[in-house]
Amino acid sequence: MGLPFTVSCEHYGVQTTVPEKRSIENNLTRVDKVFQNLVTLGAFFSMVVLAAIGGFLLYRGFEIFKDFGFSFITGSKWDIGNPEDTSTAILGIGAMLVGSIITAIIAVLLSVPFAVATALLIEFYVPGWIKTILVSILDLVAALPSVVFGIWGYAVLLPLVEDWSVTIEHYLGWIPIFNVPSGIFGRSPFLAGLLLSLMIVPIITSVAREVYSQAPRDLIDAASALGGTRWGALRAVVLPFGRSGLVGGTMLGLGRALGETVAVYLTLNLVFEINFKILASAGGNVASLIATKFGEATEYELKALMASGLVLFLVTLLVNFGATMIVNKSRKIV
Amino acid sequence: MSITVETMAPVPTRPWRNSRATGMRNLGAIVLAAICGAAINQVTGLSGFLGLFLAAAFLFPVFVAVANAKRGANVVTDRIASAVIAVAFIAVTIPWLSIFITVFQKGSEAFHSSYLTDDMRITPSGDDLQYGGIAHAMVGTLLMVIVATIISVPFGIIAAIYIVEVKGRFAGLIRFLVQAMSGVPSIVAGLFVYSTVVIFFGGFSAWAGAVALSILMLPTVARTSEEVLKLVSVDLRTSSAALGATQARTVFTVVIPTVASGLITAAVLGVARVVGETAPLILTSSYFVATSTNLNDPIASLPIYIFSSLGLGDQNATARAWGGALVLLGLVFFFFLLTRIFSSRIKRK
Amino acid sequence: MENNQMDSQVNETTRPHITAKVEIPERRSKLHTEDLQVDAALKSGLEARSVHAWFDKHHALADISLHFPKNTVTGLIGPSGCGKSTFLRLLNRMHEFIPRAAMAGEVLFAGNDIYDPGVNPIDIRRRIGMVFQKPNPFPAMNIGENVVAGLKLSRVKTSNKDALIEDCLTRAGLWKEVKDRLGSAGGSLSGGQQQRLCIARALALNPEVLLLDEPCSALDPGSTLRVEETIVQLSATMTIVIVTHNMQQAARVSDYCAFFLSDGGPGQLVEADLTTNIFSNPSDSRTADYVQGRFG
Repeated sequence: MGLPFTVSCEHYGVQTTVPEKRSIENNLTRVDKVFQNLVTLGAFFSMVVLAAIGGFLLYRGFEIFKDFGFSFITGSKWDIGNPEDTSTAILGIGAMLVGSIITAIIAVLLSVPFAVATALLIEFYVPGWIKTILVSILDLVAALPSVVFGIWGYAVLLPLVEDWSVTIEHYLGWIPIFNVPSGIFGRSPFLAGLLLSLMIVPIITSVAREVYSQAPRDLIDAASALGGTRWGALRAVVLPFGRSGLVGGTMLGLGRALGETVAVYLTLNLVFEINFKILASAGGNVASLIATKFGEATEYELKALMASGLVLFLVTLLVNFGATMIVNKSRKIV
Repeated sequence: MSITVETMAPVPTRPWRNSRATGMRNLGAIVLAAICGAAINQVTGLSGFLGLFLAAAFLFPVFVAVANAKRGANVVTDRIASAVIAVAFIAVTIPWLSIFITVFQKGSEAFHSSYLTDDMRITPSGDDLQYGGIAHAMVGTLLMVIVATIISVPFGIIAAIYIVEVKGRFAGLIRFLVQAMSGVPSIVAGLFVYSTVVIFFGGFSAWAGAVALSILMLPTVARTSEEVLKLVSVDLRTSSAALGATQARTVFTVVIPTVASGLITAAVLGVARVVGETAPLILTSSYFVATSTNLNDPIASLPIYIFSSLGLGDQNATARAWGGALVLLGLVFFFFLLTRIFSSRIKRK
Repeated sequence: MENNQMDSQVNETTRPHITAKVEIPERRSKLHTEDLQVDAALKSGLEARSVHAWFDKHHALADISLHFPKNTVTGLIGPSGCGKSTFLRLLNRMHEFIPRAAMAGEVLFAGNDIYDPGVNPIDIRRRIGMVFQKPNPFPAMNIGENVVAGLKLSRVKTSNKDALIEDCLTRAGLWKEVKDRLGSAGGSLSGGQQQRLCIARALALNPEVLLLDEPCSALDPGSTLRVEETIVQLSATMTIVIVTHNMQQAARVSDYCAFFLSDGGPGQLVEADLTTNIFSNPSDSRTADYVQGRFG
């Protein structure tokens, strides 16, 4: 046979003992050790910054939590009292927190249907070249600064929404949230929520689009072969498949809406009272609170603003953690 | 047995395409909806273009349903769904279009020959529009963005290198944290920088503004760099290792040059993200009316220019705010085009 | 190219012999005639006339003319890449889902061209069912729901869902194995069982024709035999067209075979005849080469 060695047949196919595994040494050179350490150090910088943000805000705002405890988050009054005597101050961001949540919920409720429709349209209804154009448009809108949205919202959307609010109150005012006892419409949670929804639709759409594009084609084919129309196949296969991705994208949009400052500042009238009447010109938003009060804040008030910033930070962190986990899970399903 | 003889070459057809009849039917539904919408317009309080659109938008699916009624429930649902999706899409693009058009219209009113070269040092905001300009804001934004880029891009790329190349034990954690950092509200970043840099240095400054912007830029740069680095094929790294290169050498001499345009895209995307940020700058770099290159003092910026001009309520000031919005929009669009050009270059590779 | 007129009489002795003894169900189950509208003028089978297919500019199929007689099994054989699956998808109007696809020619079903402008493709897909290569039960539905998924999708009503589920699963040869767990997920079955579930799902709409695109290529030999048995049983009540790479399978299962070949250009029909003739006495030398394994 030409083998350079002999093979003894009694060993053929007979397993006697499994040999021990050899250890392979792979010591990095000094250059690489340094390289890896430096890179690791640099990467942890991001973690440091995140911790630093939370840490410094806590440090500066700690006195406020000590003085007010939980009522800082639940109380709604914001009264500095006598600037000289900090014990006369009553500060609470309850109304602002609730207001942030209400505006964000309005934004999400308004944006999800449109985001889903746009994502379906781009993935399943339009030919390839239109899809490229639409995706570019979406990316461009996503990049628009919030101050541009804000100025447009104030100048163009506000008069429109005021008119609509009057009409809505006229016909639907018997429902409590649409009732406006003060008769003052204008810079309302509804307006702010509507503007925010225009800002977050691109975010939700692009996450939804990514998930929908990964819906298994063979299932869609199977649904079509069984006599389903395009909508039938979408409903039976794509929408259930994309559900978790859509939730993740919505939470990302929610996070953005909760932390939005300038757009809300220009379209919402801050009032320190929890307000559920979304058409009335009164609302709250923690980020806008900070921006509004910052200019003339006293020393003590500044600490309160720091404390508010910490609360906002933690809330958005939580929402984004949840969103990231859900979006990552939905990607892994594929 | 018959033999088929080809007399002429077969012509590819698409008989499943919407026949002319269906196209006409859809068009008819649109026209009918528009007419009824206009009628409703006249009769009720729903006014103007928006009212017309709303009425037409509700009626269009109804007419589509009626037009297809005889084809069975299945088809009707499908057609209504298509109609609703199309209407929803148009409804959401109209406001966006309005933003572009309004900014263009109103912003160009503020423009005059020296708008981009003058500043507001001697011009009060309420003055006539042919005085003053926006140079100070542009210079301020430019300076702060440059400093922010110098700070955040290296750290962002390093984080990406850690995740993709070094693949350390904490790679997953770092990824997660970078993602979390991208969700930090801009005003919180501003507060943080205020509580550190501004208080430490005793005043607002362009440095503080730049640091705040770099916090917001870093996650974008890191994420995009990570995606770009992942695109490099494993073979490239293995052949470099086979030639005896250290990992450091491989990364710097082989990997990074390969994805250079991708990394530049990452940087440009980061810049586009922060160039319009207002909230953090309110708390850090504040505002200044003259063109300045002094980084230790407050400095103007485009977003603050817009924001503070609006706050004054005066007609001319508002017009100036629109002018600023137009310049900012132009900048964002410019960066957007830049990233498109770079990513097509990457794709070509 | 010869246009073969095929005999609509099936000679029992030429049908390949399957060892298992199976019950052939009644011609048309009572359930279905009551519920579904049956076209009175139903003519025999399916026919393709001078069919061409394109993907964008690429000419994939040239001048295929083939007649599928009622209640027979026709196997489409040939090396991979010569357009068999494309041809199959032309038969139930699935080809058009591919962007920039085009076709020419006619496909006649019940005497009418299915590509006529007035024809509703949904109807066609209800009456010409399809089973795909990779088993694809809907993951969001359990076994029972999967079987009647077609009814939900095509908006077809039925008076007795449970009886229909049992009937379809029996005809697919799966009833005994799953009758106690109709509520469990579709994905919990083995590959072969999943494929039979997909067959049951296609049967629920009571199609007159069933198209199978390499249904056994993803299955183990045991499941393959079960599926083949099912196919032969089903052919008593419906016309079946099966694309297969496996010549032995074609020999076992089909009454007629059509041999497709491509020489780098568009796929063409070389020969179509009774299976026994194709395998023992083909007219074309290329067919002979293929069935004897000299290429493919």
